[in-house]
Amino acid sequence: MKYEFSSGRELISICREHNIAISELMLRNEIELSEQPREAILEEMHSNLAVMRASISAGLNRKRIPRGILSGGDALKLAAFAEQSNMGAALAKVVASSMAVVETNAAMGKIVAAPTAGASGILPAVLIECGGHQRGFDDDALIRGLFTAGAVGCIIAENASIAGASGGCQAETGTAAAMAAAALAELCGAAPETVLTAAAIAIKNCLGLVCDPVAGLVECPCIKRNAIGAVNAVLSCDMALAGIESLIPFDEVVEAMQGVSHLMSKELRETAKGGLAATETGRRIAEELVSGERPARR
Amino acid sequence: MKKTYRIFDIIGPRMIGPSSSHTAGAARIGLIANRLVKGDIKRAQITLYESFATTGRGHGTDRALAGGLLGFPPDDERLRDSLAYAQHSGVEITFSFSDQPAPHPNTARIFLEKRNGETLEVLGASVGGGNIEILEIDGMEVSFSCNYPTLLVFHRDVPGSIQHVSGILAESGINIAFMRVFRTARNADACMVIEMDGQPPRGLVAHILANAPEIRRACVL
Repeated sequence: MKYEFSSGRELISICREHNIAISELMLRNEIELSEQPREAILEEMHSNLAVMRASISAGLNRKRIPRGILSGGDALKLAAFAEQSNMGAALAKVVASSMAVVETNAAMGKIVAAPTAGASGILPAVLIECGGHQRGFDDDALIRGLFTAGAVGCIIAENASIAGASGGCQAETGTAAAMAAAALAELCGAAPETVLTAAAIAIKNCLGLVCDPVAGLVECPCIKRNAIGAVNAVLSCDMALAGIESLIPFDEVVEAMQGVSHLMSKELRETAKGGLAATETGRRIAEELVSGERPARR
Repeated sequence: MKKTYRIFDIIGPRMIGPSSSHTAGAARIGLIANRLVKGDIKRAQITLYESFATTGRGHGTDRALAGGLLGFPPDDERLRDSLAYAQHSGVEITFSFSDQPAPHPNTARIFLEKRNGETLEVLGASVGGGNIEILEIDGMEVSFSCNYPTLLVFHRDVPGSIQHVSGILAESGINIAFMRVFRTARNADACMVIEMDGQPPRGLVAHILANAPEIRRACVL
C-alpha cells in the first residue's frame, strides 16, 4: 500500500515524497483501500459536511431549541452574547457552534461522530464557522480539511485512543481539537510539518483531561468541553501558523497521551464514578434520574 | 495486531445522538432483528442488561432499539419519536430491565412476534463506536457484526449443506470474506454465517432454499 502510514513521521515522509498535502494523501489512501473512485469518496464526505452544517443550525434554532435531559439553549446564549464577548465575536461564534452540535446530539438530533459523538462539536465548528463562514473557504476546501482531520485522527486512534472509556476526555475532545487544528492549519496554507505541530499543541493543551459525565450522560461537562476544545483548536492552529514550535514532536505527544491513559484510573474513564460525576450534585442528579424524580427524556 | 483506521471510521458515522454505543449501536441491533424476520412485527419484548439497563433511558437506548425494529437506520431522525411511531403502527413494544450479568456491558435481548405468528429471539451487544455483535439467535450461539453484507443460513447439520451454499455463491461470483458455522449439536440445528465482499444478487435466498430440504431458512442482512 503506497499511501499507508501509522505515524506522523511516516505521514510527512509520504507527503514529501509525492509533494502532496496531508488531505490529498488521506484521500488517495482511502481510494487505495476502498477501491472506490475519488468522486464517490468525496461525495460521501460531502454528505458528512452537510449533516455537520445542519447540526450547527439545529443547535442554534431559536424556534426549536434542542433539549437534552440536563441541557439545552446554552449555545444560543453564547451566540447572542458574541458581540460583547471578551474573546471577540468571531471566536465566540465558533464556540457557540461547537456547543450547538453537542446540544443537538444530546437532544437525539443528527450529528457526525468526529471522532466520537461526545466530541462531535469541535471539528464542524472550527471548519464550518471559522474556516467557511469567517475565513471564506469553500466547501471543497472544507472537505479537504475533513480529510486532513481524519489523517490526524487515524494516527491517534492507532497509537493512543479516541474513546473516553480508554483514554478519558483527552482522547475524545483532545483528539477532536487536534484534528480541527490540523484541518484549519492546512486550509490556511501550512506545510504538513506545521499542520502536525498544530495537532501536537492541541493535545498538549489538554493532556490528562478526564471523562466524568454526570449521570453517564453525554451532556455535562461534554458540551463545555467541546466549547473549550474549539478554542483550543483555533489557538493551537494560530500558534503553529505564527511559527511557534512544539518542543515535543507530534508522535511523542500521542505516545504521551497513551501513557497518561494507562495511568488514568477507571473511575476517570467514562464510568461516571469520578470527577464531576462523583460530586454531591452529580450523584444527586444521577439518583433523581434513576428514581424518576427527574424526567429521563421528554 | 494493531487495528488500522480509515477515514470514515474517524469522520463518521452520521448518527442520531447522543451515544454511538447506547444509541447508534442499539438502533443497529434493532434493525438487524427487523431484517431477520423481514419486518411486519406485531409485538416485541426487549430486555436490557447492565449499562443498557442502567443508563439506557438517558441515552435513548429504548427509542433506538424500537426505531431499529421499525426499520429505521441509526441516522434516521424518526428514532427520537420511535415509541410514538410504534404505537401509531400498532407495534406493541415492552421493556424490562434485568439485573442479571450479560456477556457484554451493553446487551439487549429481543423477543419478536410477527403478525403471521412467527417468533424470533435475538441477543445482541453494542461493542463500541456504533459497532455491534449478534450473540444468539433463537437460543443458538452465533457471532457476527454485519460490517459486511451477511448471509445467514439456518440448516440441519448434515454433510453437503455447506458445499451447496458455497457452490451457489461461487456461481454467483460472490467472494466469501469470512465464514463461520455454529450448531447446537451434531446432526441438529445449525447456522452458517457468511460475510461477503459484495452485494449478493437478487434471488440468492430462493436459489439456496430450492432443492435443499436440510435448509430451514435463509436471509441476507
